[in-house]
Amino acid sequence: MKILFRNVAELVELCESENISISEVMIRQEMQVREKSREDVYGQMEANLDVMEKAVEDGLKGVKSVSGLTGGDAVLIQEYMKNHTPLSGNIVMDAVSKAVATNEVNAAMGTICATPTAGSAGCVPGTLFSVKNQLNPSREQMVRYLFTSGAFGFVVANNASISGAAGGCQAEVGSAAGMAAAAIVEMAGGTPAQSAEAMAITLKNMLGLVCDPVAGLVEVPCVKRNAMGASNAVVAADMALAGVTSRIPCDEVIDAMFRIGQTMPVALKETAQGGLAATPTGRELEAKVYGINLKKE
Amino acid sequence: MKYKSVFDIIGPIMIGPSSSHTAGAARIGRVARDLFGREPKWAKIHLYGSFAKTYKGHGTDVAIVGGLLDFETYDQRISKSLDIAKEKGIKVQFYEEDAHTDHPNTARILIGDDDGDLELVGISIGGGKAEVIEMNGFELRLSGKNPAILVMHNDRFGAIASVTQLLAKHEINIGHMEVSRKEVGKEALMVIEVDQTISEEQLKELEQFEHILQVARVVE
Repeated sequence: MKILFRNVAELVELCESENISISEVMIRQEMQVREKSREDVYGQMEANLDVMEKAVEDGLKGVKSVSGLTGGDAVLIQEYMKNHTPLSGNIVMDAVSKAVATNEVNAAMGTICATPTAGSAGCVPGTLFSVKNQLNPSREQMVRYLFTSGAFGFVVANNASISGAAGGCQAEVGSAAGMAAAAIVEMAGGTPAQSAEAMAITLKNMLGLVCDPVAGLVEVPCVKRNAMGASNAVVAADMALAGVTSRIPCDEVIDAMFRIGQTMPVALKETAQGGLAATPTGRELEAKVYGINLKKE
Repeated sequence: MKYKSVFDIIGPIMIGPSSSHTAGAARIGRVARDLFGREPKWAKIHLYGSFAKTYKGHGTDVAIVGGLLDFETYDQRISKSLDIAKEKGIKVQFYEEDAHTDHPNTARILIGDDDGDLELVGISIGGGKAEVIEMNGFELRLSGKNPAILVMHNDRFGAIASVTQLLAKHEINIGHMEVSRKEVGKEALMVIEVDQTISEEQLKELEQFEHILQVARVVE
C-alpha cells in the first residue's frame, strides 16, 4: 500500500500511532509513491521554497501587472507597518503583505510556485515568511511547513477540489488558507490534531466563497482574497493552539466545501459571468483591459 | 486518487498568472520549436476560444513566443519575449480567430525560415499541461495521460524499427503507437505514447538515427 492516508482523520491517526509529525508522513508517502529518496523529495521541496522566498522579495520591491489592475499594495502595507502599529498585529499584517506580494508577482507574470494553484499561491508563503520572524524556524522546519501544507492540500484535492472553476474560490483560496493554518500549528509546536482543527476552523470560514475574477484575470479580487486567506490562517492557528476545536470534524468540513461547490451556479465559478466580474465597474475594467467598447450584460 | 504527489499540490514552479493560459501556452510554443529543430525567422500565431479572448491579460502571447524562443515555463524572460523576438529579428504576427474549436484554449502556430516551415495545433488542457492535436496536417490522437513523443522521419525501411529498438534497449514500454504518412516514400510521422518518461539524452540518441528528421516530447 503506497498511499498512507486518504483523509485528515487517517493522517492524524497515523501521526499519533507512529508518534511522527504530519510533514514526516507526507515525506514518507511521497518517497513511496514516486519511488524517490528522501534527499530527492526534500530537495525538490526546498527548490519550491526558494521560488516562494524570491517571489515575496520581488513583490515587496513593487510590481505592476500587464493589465494595470494590480500591483504596489504589498509595498503600501510594508510602508504602513514601518510608520504605524497595525491594529491587527504585526504578524497578521506581515502575512497579508507577503501574500499580496506573491499574488502581485503572479499577476505581473513573475515566477511563482503554485500552492495549490497559481491564483492561490500567496497564502502559504505569506504566512510562512511572516510567522518565521517570531518562531525562528530552521531551514528544515521551513521545508517541512510546505510538506504539512501539502498533506492537507492532498486530502482536499482528492476528496473535494482545489480549482476555482470546479468549486469556487473556497476551493482555491479556502484550501490554501486551511493548508497554511495547519502548517503554522506544526511549526509553532502544536499537535497533529491541532493542525487538523486549524484547517477545519479556517475552511469553515471561507465556505461559499465564489470565484468571480474581473475580466477573467487572476487579479481582482484574487490578490486581496489571498491576503484575507493568510490572515484567516494565522488567527485560526492561534485559536487551535489555544485549544479551541471545531465542532464539525475537518473531513466533514472538506466534504461540505465540496458539496457547496457542486451546487454553486456556473456564473460564480471562474467564468467572469457573475459576482464582482459582473458589476458595472467590473465590466468597465474588462472593456478597458481588452481595449473594446463593451456593452454586454 | 486524482492527485498522487505532494508536488501536484505544492508546485509547479511557473510564470504567472495562469497555469492554463500561460504555462500551458508556453509549452505549446516550445513543442513547436522542438519539432522545428531551430529558431524560426517568422511566426504566425492563430488564437481560438478563450485564448483569443483573453490572451493579452493572461500573457498567452508572450508565453507562446517564449516557448518558440526555447524558454522553460518558469523562465522569467517569458514576459519580455516579444521584445527579445524583435531584437532577434523574428517576425511575429497574432490573429484572433472567431472560429469554434473543440477545446477552449487552442492555438495554431505556423513557424519557418528560409529552409522550411512547420504548422502545429496545440491545446492547453489545464494545470500547465498541453497537447498537440495536429502537426503539418497530420492529425494526432494522444490520450494526454502518458508521456508521448513525436518522431518526424523519412518513410524508409527500418526507420520505425530503429526507434522501437532504442526504446526497448532503455526498457521504455510503448503503450500506444501510430504511424502515418501522406505519400509513400516521403515524410512520415510516428506518435508514440510510453509508460516511462524519455530523457533528453535518449531523445538525442533517437535523432542520430538515419532517416529520423526531428524528435520532440509533446506530453510529459
